[in-house]
Amino acid sequence: MPTNITLEIFRYRPEDELEPVFQSYEVPFRKDWVILDALNYIKDNLDGSLSYRWSCRMGVCGSCGMMVNGTPVLTCATFLEKYLPGPIRVEPLKNFPVVRDLVIEMSDFMHKLKRVKPWIIREEEKPLSEGEYLQTPTALADYKQYSMCINCMLCYAACPIYGLEPTFTGPAAIALAQRYNFDNRDQGKKQRMEALSQDGGIWECTLVGECSVVCPKDVDPAGAIQRYKVASTTEWWKSLLMPWGSSEERRA
Amino acid sequence: MTQNSHYTKHHPKWHRVRIPIFWWVHKWVHLKFILRELTSVAVAFYAVVLLFQVRALAQGPEAYANFLAWLKMPVAVFVHAIAFLFVIFHSVTWFNLSPKALVVRIGKRRIPDAVIAASNYVAWVIFSAAMAWIILN
Repeated sequence: MPTNITLEIFRYRPEDELEPVFQSYEVPFRKDWVILDALNYIKDNLDGSLSYRWSCRMGVCGSCGMMVNGTPVLTCATFLEKYLPGPIRVEPLKNFPVVRDLVIEMSDFMHKLKRVKPWIIREEEKPLSEGEYLQTPTALADYKQYSMCINCMLCYAACPIYGLEPTFTGPAAIALAQRYNFDNRDQGKKQRMEALSQDGGIWECTLVGECSVVCPKDVDPAGAIQRYKVASTTEWWKSLLMPWGSSEERRA
Repeated sequence: MTQNSHYTKHHPKWHRVRIPIFWWVHKWVHLKFILRELTSVAVAFYAVVLLFQVRALAQGPEAYANFLAWLKMPVAVFVHAIAFLFVIFHSVTWFNLSPKALVVRIGKRRIPDAVIAASNYVAWVIFSAAMAWIILN
């Protein structure tokens, strides 16, 4: 078991120079250390200027996503041991502009998430006197997988289409739209339809499938997108062949 | 700029990497994806050959015999063999991905992914057998 391991870290200090560089750091190797532990060691002991995001350190907040040896991972959930003997290349999440070092700018994702309206939409709010919405375990199972998204954006880093096409809404936003489309308390499918099936929506997706491979929460955004393709196409045919409206629209 | 698209505003100090045109050669997964997308060319080729075949059929026995002679040329056989491999790859990848698009729940239980994919293969075999029986008889 080696005592040390080297990390090659992407440094971008725009106040000094506009070209990024790679800086090597040697950190102690511990079997139970993850990449985030190594980054914290560097910041505490070697180079306090290193900038990066992290929070929960247990894989639920989605803050610490970075490219490690070319693959987007949660650095709090990726062990140093996996990359022995090293060196380990750590870069900021791909397909996003880099603000500094390992910190990326994610306002694009935030705008796209808002556009898909990720909240329960009701035609009419149920009055409090009627009590809470009751949902069976089966109904919950319909959307539960898509609710597990932690907005870590590893899927955006893995998606070549998001890198090539700036208007693409992206895997996580569409998966979250589906989380509400499949929730039987929600009545907002039509309101999400424009964002999903028009410019920059599901039809930009060509099912590369890498989003689902890198997702740390098994959300399967690729599946969510393909299911909406089927649903959207079916809805279009229905609107063409039955323009007087489907039974789904009449459901209260 | 349409209302729908939102471009991350230009900021002079943010570092952005331009994706190279051959972004897909660096990873095997991406190469496989591009090859899968290119299989559409082979499918289109098959469709065009079929259209020519129908046209030759409509023009009479001599035209059809000419068409068959063209098909037997070594170049044609070679191109068809390559197209056939691509089309097989196209079908296999499509069937294996079909469970992603078709999620069917019966009562409380979900039909397993393997069943959805397998039923595509079964339908393929049945239709191929039926076509072979029609053509060869």
